[in-house]
Amino acid sequence: MKKYLASTVAASALALVLGLAPASADEKLDPNAKQGGAITITYKDDVATLDPAIGYDWQNWSMIKSLFDGLMDYEPGTTNLRPELAESYEISPDGTTFTFKLRKGVKFHNGREMTADDVKYSLDRVTNPKTQSPGAGFFASIKGYEDVAGGKAESLAGVTVVDPATVKIELSRPDATFLHVMAINFSHVVPKEEVEKYGADFGKHPVGTGAYKLGEWTLGQRLVFERNADYWHKGLPYLDKITFEIGQEPIVALLRLQKGEVDVPGDGIPPAKFQEVMADPAQKARVVEGGQLQTGYATMNTTMAPFDNVKVRQAVNMAINKERIVKIINNRAVPANQPLPPSMPGYDKNFAGYKYDVEKAKALLGEAGHADGFETQLFVMNTDPNPRIAQAIQQDLAAIGIKASIQSLAQANVIAAGGDKAGAPMIWSGGMAWIADFPDPSNFYGPILGCGGAVQGGWNWAWYCNKDLDDKAAKADSIVDPAKADERYKLWGEIYAKVMEDAPWAPVFNEQRFTMRSPRMAGDDKLYVDPVHIPINYDYVYVNDVQ
Amino acid sequence: MIAYLTRRLIQAALILLGVSIITFALLYLLPADPVRQIAGRSATPQTVESIRQQLGLDQPFVVQYWRYLTNLLSGDLGRSYIQRSEVTELIVSRLPASLILMVGAILCELAIGLTMGLIAAAKRGSATDQTLMVGSFIGVSAPQFVVGLLLLYVFAVQLGWFPIGGYGTWQHAVLPSLTLGILGAGWYSRMMRSSMIDVLRQDYIRTARAKGLARHAILFRHALPNAILPVVAMIGIDIGLFMSGIVVVESVFGWPGIGQLAWQAIQRVDIPIIMGVTLVSACAIVLGNLLADIVAPFIDPRIKLR
Amino acid sequence: MTTPIAPDAPITAPMPAKRRVGVLGRLLKRPLAVIGLIIIAVTVLGAIFAPWLTAYDPNEQLFDGLTLEGAPLPPNAAFWLGTDLLGRDLLTRILYGARTSLIIGIVANGAALFIGTLVGVTAGYFRGWIGGTLMRFTDLMMAFPALLLAICLAAVFQPSLWIVAMVIALVNWVQTARVVFTETSSLAEREFIDAERTIGASTPRILFRHILPHLLPTIIVWGTLGISTTVLLEATLSYLGIGVQPPTASWGNIIFENQTYFQAAPWLVFFPGAAILALALAFNLVGDALRDILDPTQRGRA
Repeated sequence: MKKYLASTVAASALALVLGLAPASADEKLDPNAKQGGAITITYKDDVATLDPAIGYDWQNWSMIKSLFDGLMDYEPGTTNLRPELAESYEISPDGTTFTFKLRKGVKFHNGREMTADDVKYSLDRVTNPKTQSPGAGFFASIKGYEDVAGGKAESLAGVTVVDPATVKIELSRPDATFLHVMAINFSHVVPKEEVEKYGADFGKHPVGTGAYKLGEWTLGQRLVFERNADYWHKGLPYLDKITFEIGQEPIVALLRLQKGEVDVPGDGIPPAKFQEVMADPAQKARVVEGGQLQTGYATMNTTMAPFDNVKVRQAVNMAINKERIVKIINNRAVPANQPLPPSMPGYDKNFAGYKYDVEKAKALLGEAGHADGFETQLFVMNTDPNPRIAQAIQQDLAAIGIKASIQSLAQANVIAAGGDKAGAPMIWSGGMAWIADFPDPSNFYGPILGCGGAVQGGWNWAWYCNKDLDDKAAKADSIVDPAKADERYKLWGEIYAKVMEDAPWAPVFNEQRFTMRSPRMAGDDKLYVDPVHIPINYDYVYVNDVQ
Repeated sequence: MIAYLTRRLIQAALILLGVSIITFALLYLLPADPVRQIAGRSATPQTVESIRQQLGLDQPFVVQYWRYLTNLLSGDLGRSYIQRSEVTELIVSRLPASLILMVGAILCELAIGLTMGLIAAAKRGSATDQTLMVGSFIGVSAPQFVVGLLLLYVFAVQLGWFPIGGYGTWQHAVLPSLTLGILGAGWYSRMMRSSMIDVLRQDYIRTARAKGLARHAILFRHALPNAILPVVAMIGIDIGLFMSGIVVVESVFGWPGIGQLAWQAIQRVDIPIIMGVTLVSACAIVLGNLLADIVAPFIDPRIKLR
Repeated sequence: MTTPIAPDAPITAPMPAKRRVGVLGRLLKRPLAVIGLIIIAVTVLGAIFAPWLTAYDPNEQLFDGLTLEGAPLPPNAAFWLGTDLLGRDLLTRILYGARTSLIIGIVANGAALFIGTLVGVTAGYFRGWIGGTLMRFTDLMMAFPALLLAICLAAVFQPSLWIVAMVIALVNWVQTARVVFTETSSLAEREFIDAERTIGASTPRILFRHILPHLLPTIIVWGTLGISTTVLLEATLSYLGIGVQPPTASWGNIIFENQTYFQAAPWLVFFPGAAILALALAFNLVGDALRDILDPTQRGRA
């Protein structure tokens, strides 16, 4: 411990203090915001679970963020990290030790004060295979992860409770994304006694430190969030109550919004009504458009002939008419030319990509020895609009002689085919697409483009494995110093440029978000297209019709 | 009677056992890996194997099935892989919605079917009869998703009489119940018509007619009660139809019943839910058939329990 | 999507060959059956001559088939029934979709009829443990919610046209099996079969010369009615997105692909919906008329 401190001191002496303690979570509140009021949000699908270690759907993701807190979070409406339950943190110069000072006076919904033990318990819990968390893999850089994941230990050796208000986390390698990992739901802090009380049903009885607490949950019908009066962030949340109505078709939700019964349709504006809404100035004014950390792409299995030939993959990239596909989904996306979406740090807006060019694509195919084309299969998830998009791709490929037959299957079957080396030559990713877990360029690499994911049952459906890039990625992620973030992003930019040169994917589009709100809902527009809170940031929005 | 019931119940149990084996086998053969759905994208192979072991999915088929069966016999349907809730809890929370839909459908099919059958029988051979019988054929030939979308378009979108899908008040239930009931209405109108014609041929009706009773009195007071019973006794058999219909109808109307639950579970190989819903449905079908068979002798003394 | 047990399952008596000649003639005397036959004929002709009846390719996504905002076109001079969400001509897709419906209707229903007859005859004629087992198995299949079973089967076998046909056959044979079983068992007890046995006729001879010909009317009736069920089941599976694979047109998947637009473009649901209804109705009308004609116990009643 002393040694560690000494090294920190030495580092500070060299002006290499990596630790930041801006305590920016106490940023000023919105002066126009009024406290009180209730809103109604609708969803079609059931909410699966509100256990932060397990919930991994886009709709419960944001709900969990309002019930629980992590050590880190993002400034509302942005992708900028800031401390949350941590008051400050320090990073050792080698980037492998993170020390978090906890905020004092933070209470769980059951009234007990949160301490460092809870942080450790939560991390031990999420990595324990018995929890069956889909997010356990995010914590792989913590020392002792292998032992916990392998069932050899119950507790992460790298996580130490220094005192009730200090947690020290040691990593087995420098990890620039670690602060993001401390901000994803899976690392959110849960109280041991409540988890043990409810066991596997904790997800139905969530108790956290968040801005809201769960009031009522009628399965398949309704969830009610109530304001947490003891929330540590004084003045927040603004709303007293949020009601989530479940099982509402998007089209019904929109009509009810127009009647004033609903404040935000969680599933967005239904495609058939989109033009109508956007053509009406009064309604259009209440639609907030924003980027989504999402890319829709077609993978090509780089281990299967003829996609083992880079020219064939490049030809496919040039053959797809992305503009037309965007039109098919009512212009609710922007054409993509690289894996990263535009709102992701590291996105290269000067990147040219492969232009739509049928002649050049044909020529490339000819150079690859497939002048007469070939037959292949395109796998796709069987919910609209994905089969339609697949058919558009199919027609584009036919124009250069590639006859792709479509395999439209249930999500699970497509995922299984993608994880099988000889399973799927091409997959359209829609419906299972990569929506980022956290706003960092590395998140688009590891499991879906790195060698680690190119294994039986993995998610690297292109089976693309470039050892050089893996090394480069490791190098980029060892640049922990936030001051060097730009250098790191540049490195990631180079990695994705190289990926596109090898073209294991044909990126097609990045979905745009269009959140519609009722006239009474207020707050900064960016809260309605918050990159990490979908559809909206529940903690910061308010209504203007109270008092 | 008791011996008969015992025998039938044992048969029913065996049938359900068979249903569970076949469904379990089908799901075992599914070319998809539920563990991958649980473990998520970032999981290491280690984690995946560990989850597979915990769920017992690394075991041979027979062992897996045996474990499922023993749990089932103790009333445990397991936990959803994706939602992590008890399957029993999930089904129970959605069953009321499906039951409301079925009751609504029964009301619709009886109201429409019996009326049509009665009128057709009363005006036997007339153009009305012909038209009604064509109508009944349209009822049994109409795909439910088309009927549902059509009703939505006309009565919800254009006329605005009913909500466009959703769940809650009785207005929400009208269109889905009607959609589900139209198929049955087609069958009931035909059954009602032949049953009514049969009754009208009976001697006591001729006697009543000879006595000079008014036509409507004969129809409603004497013939109807006798004609209606054998038809209504068939309701138990409808359950099989409903169980297939709810998957489609609930999906068209966004109705939060067990049909939607099953459909979503199939998308994500949530095997415990698929098993649970299939077994509950099969149970309902078997009991419905049993009920129909038990009721039959009371209505028609010529039928004996076998 | 299943045919419920028909209210009055036909029980046919042996029928002289002479009467069969007149079946078509008698069918043509019934107006409803004639309507059914006309619809079937139109559908068959439309399916066969589809390439000559339309100027478009069913799978071609036309550049001018969508508005700038990506919306489908309403019916107009160039596209008589409008276009779908990918800018394809709807009329062309409906014509080609008829092929899918008819192929599945004939193949799947033929297979279901074959399995059903095989099981029914075997169980009804041989009785004993074979018959018992087979009939218990049919009981078991009856207890399945048919659509759920079809969905599970479709998920196990990755769907194609033939797989969909097979899935439907595996679900739909049960009704036929039960009816054939009932009839075969009553036939097997009849004197003329007993007489054949006593004069030493072989089992195949009895089955093919005596039992099957007597079952023919039933098989014809159920075969016709079954096509209607099959057409509906195919449409439903395709509507759920688990039927025939795109871009193959099927009336069900036309609705599946376009239903998000059904309020703005209801024709995308109505035209294919009407096609499904018409074809299913046609086979029901013809099947019902055949039942009246071929089944003396029913004649004069319905």
